[in-house]
Amino acid sequence: MHGLSGAYAVDALDDLERARFERHLTECPECRAEVESLTEAASLLSDTTSFEPPASLRESVLASIETVRPLPPVVADLTARADRRRRRFQGLVAAAAAVTVLGAGAAVWQPWQESQPSVVGAVSATDEVLNAPDAERFEMKVGKQTVSVVRSAELNKAVLEAPELPPAPNGHAYAVWLQHDDAMVLAGVVNADDDTSAILLSGDARTADGAGITVEAAGERVSTPSPTLVGSVGFEQA
Amino acid sequence: MDHVTPVPAGTPDKGVPAVPAHTAELNGLLKQAARGDEAAFARLYDATSSRVYGLAVRVVRDPAQAEEVAQEAFLEIWRTATRFDPAKGSATAWMLTIVHRKSVDRVRSAEAATRRDVSYHEQNRTIDHDATADAAHASLEAHRVRNALGSLTPVQREAIELAYFGGYTHTEVAKLLDLPVGTAKTRIRDGLIRLRDTMGLGA
Repeated sequence: MHGLSGAYAVDALDDLERARFERHLTECPECRAEVESLTEAASLLSDTTSFEPPASLRESVLASIETVRPLPPVVADLTARADRRRRRFQGLVAAAAAVTVLGAGAAVWQPWQESQPSVVGAVSATDEVLNAPDAERFEMKVGKQTVSVVRSAELNKAVLEAPELPPAPNGHAYAVWLQHDDAMVLAGVVNADDDTSAILLSGDARTADGAGITVEAAGERVSTPSPTLVGSVGFEQA
Repeated sequence: MDHVTPVPAGTPDKGVPAVPAHTAELNGLLKQAARGDEAAFARLYDATSSRVYGLAVRVVRDPAQAEEVAQEAFLEIWRTATRFDPAKGSATAWMLTIVHRKSVDRVRSAEAATRRDVSYHEQNRTIDHDATADAAHASLEAHRVRNALGSLTPVQREAIELAYFGGYTHTEVAKLLDLPVGTAKTRIRDGLIRLRDTMGLGA
């Protein structure tokens, strides 16, 4: 893992590697420090490509910021804020689970039998999870669309199936999180152009208590979910 | 990759202060922008737009798309300015990280890949004039960076350029350079460490 810091600093990781490495970064201060210094070094390369933009860019940038409110600052007490987020998230996961109990439908647990790999030529690891004998499917609503997380405890892997997922708003990406007790762990990032029919999630799916999808600024390195939760589901068994 | 060919036998690096004098100023402008100060953001734009746009053009190649990318990046910088933490690096590096990620995302989408090939030659011709508008500072800095790049091994330099300017993943870089799988990331890291140390950025 440590060896990926350079490739990370120049955006030379694929999405899955990036998500994994970002998870590693949350636990490894040495890598964080190295990434910071290498990012600084990489940014120097742009000094060699300096090029004056057309005047129209200035006008359109300055016009567009007028319509956008800057994000509020991250408050000083990070722990309290993170806890609040987690509680809110857990509350939503709990609410989703309650809906299941009432039979109203957002979350369902079903042994996954009629496996139909939805993508031709999909990564075999994805098919492996979808076809696993112990695969369980959990559904959540994102907007009007149903999105599934298929988990195989045996394989300790999960797949996000979201063929109908609308693209994230301009300049944004979806982040998929697995919940482990109090912690939200980044399990994948869905960019606007990504094929969402079946996405292998990283992390320990077996021990996860639930999953959620948030909207994050594209290109931002996230380690905690933003408050913009668009869907969540608990992995409680019926 | 011509732009980053090292300048031969230039002035040896004399340990010029690694932090450009205006770093503090840019940090300050970004901080003001975070409070919604549009005038400060306009000044920040003027101080950085050549680097932002130049990087986007270098990676994306198509000027129209590069302009879109730069526009999106500036908007993102404005929106997320409160997330900038000077303890973790300079405002410039933070901004360029956003620009670079957006540029790379753009070229990795298949549609854009087709489009940039079409405009490759046209754009290259334009860029070769090296019409940088950033005055003395940028060219001095560029000179130091080119010198520092010259101290890397050819493989380190190529790997970094393919990744940073080409937008390739380290796996693709390994393939392009006929390196065993998994070694390109090491070359990139070693090269960046060397670049960092030569430029006096500290660990």
